[in-house]
Amino acid sequence: MTAVRIPPVLRAQAGNQKKVEVAGATVGEALDSLLDQYPGLREQILTEDGSLNRFVNVYVNGRDVRYEQELATPVGGQDEVILLPAMAGGR
Amino acid sequence: MTKSYRDLLREARAEIREVSTAEAELAAERGASLLDVREEAEWEQGHVTGARHISKSYIEQEIEALAPDHAAPIVLYCAGGIRSLFASQTLAGMGYTDVASMSGGFQAWKSEGRAWSQPTVLSADQKQRYSRHLLIPEVGAEGQARLLDSKALFIGAGGLGSPAMLYLAAAGVGTIGVVDFDVVDASNLQRQVIHRTDRIGVKKTVSATQTIAELNPDVRVVAHEEMLGEDNVERLIDGYDVIFDGTDTFETRYTLNDAAVRAGIPVVHASVFRFEGQLTVFKPHEGPCYRCLYPTPPPPELAPGCSVAGVLGVVPGVMGLLQATEGLKVLLDIGDSLSGRLLIYDALDGAFSELQLQRDPRCPACGDGEVTTPAGEGVFTLPTTPATTTGVNA
Repeated sequence: MTAVRIPPVLRAQAGNQKKVEVAGATVGEALDSLLDQYPGLREQILTEDGSLNRFVNVYVNGRDVRYEQELATPVGGQDEVILLPAMAGGR
Repeated sequence: MTKSYRDLLREARAEIREVSTAEAELAAERGASLLDVREEAEWEQGHVTGARHISKSYIEQEIEALAPDHAAPIVLYCAGGIRSLFASQTLAGMGYTDVASMSGGFQAWKSEGRAWSQPTVLSADQKQRYSRHLLIPEVGAEGQARLLDSKALFIGAGGLGSPAMLYLAAAGVGTIGVVDFDVVDASNLQRQVIHRTDRIGVKKTVSATQTIAELNPDVRVVAHEEMLGEDNVERLIDGYDVIFDGTDTFETRYTLNDAAVRAGIPVVHASVFRFEGQLTVFKPHEGPCYRCLYPTPPPPELAPGCSVAGVLGVVPGVMGLLQATEGLKVLLDIGDSLSGRLLIYDALDGAFSELQLQRDPRCPACGDGEVTTPAGEGVFTLPTTPATTTGVNA
């Protein structure tokens, strides 16, 4: 099981949880597991053809998966996955 | 037995190596420290460019802070080459092993046409006001003068801008520009600490100017009472040394990002949501820009702002002060900036975490034309792509 950290802007669609435990050996599988549990997150994270939205970044242990192996980046054990959508608020 | 001045001078010359001005210049180029040991008033009239200053009368007390390594090469000078000889003896006595005295001193240096400069002199009031800065070696009189000559631009006098502006004004950043077209609303006062209850309905630029004037008369506030957009962004940011992004719309943020990249001005970015904040520094062409991080904005319904989501008032306070800190580091050119790193603050957990941000070589705003092909196929460069392109406004 891998822990996915849900950012505050997405928590309403994830049962107001900060962390969700998911199954899967890659980032793609972990996200599928997350979206099975919380289908309301889908349009925030994935495009219609199943790739990552460009306004959401995914980090595994602090590193952007776009510069690793994207959705094929392996995860497991103690790895922490962080979802980071662009935030608007300044004021 | 008594000794005359001549005896002492002879002893010093026997003990200390003397170098010519040309040799001192060469040594400095190769990394030696040049140390001016004249009185403060002499230093203020002009000194060797790049030299540091400790008056001869304070040298025992202050040298270790300035030169902790006793083996590092140091060349001392005074006005004519005598005081520096005696001061060198003191350093040799403290165990400094590579000390030399520049014969002829600053008079010879200057008359030979070598590089010298005159520091911005702080007034007596300024020396008192900024005394805690002057005590820090990384700031000092030189750094303080630099801050007084610096220009910082705030996009928004809101939750992030308020605390950051207050502290930059207190720190003596000489020019503070404020871009805001809004008026103070009662609901702002829970976090926008630069405004006051009796200024509800007053323009934010006017309110901010008044608070800053009361705090520090050294600071000039330039009010830009307009909305930042494609048509005015270049004019608004022109001449500023650093920009503080406290925008609350994606459109403004991308417009600002692309113009700042073109102008080569660093942007200290923060955003907040309820109990969380994010912070990073975008240094054009040194680290990633906002578009490297997020090439396209989310659709509006997926990205609510503070007015919809709410925010704990102290969170923009914390993040705004971290912005101010990063801005001062940029202006003073000290420390490791947050360029290439995103700092996340979670107030409920009481925890900071950090993510690595990458520069995107194909970024439409700051990309350098170098395109990375999929792993294993190497890298090639597109020779015709300009270093900076006007960003695609998403």
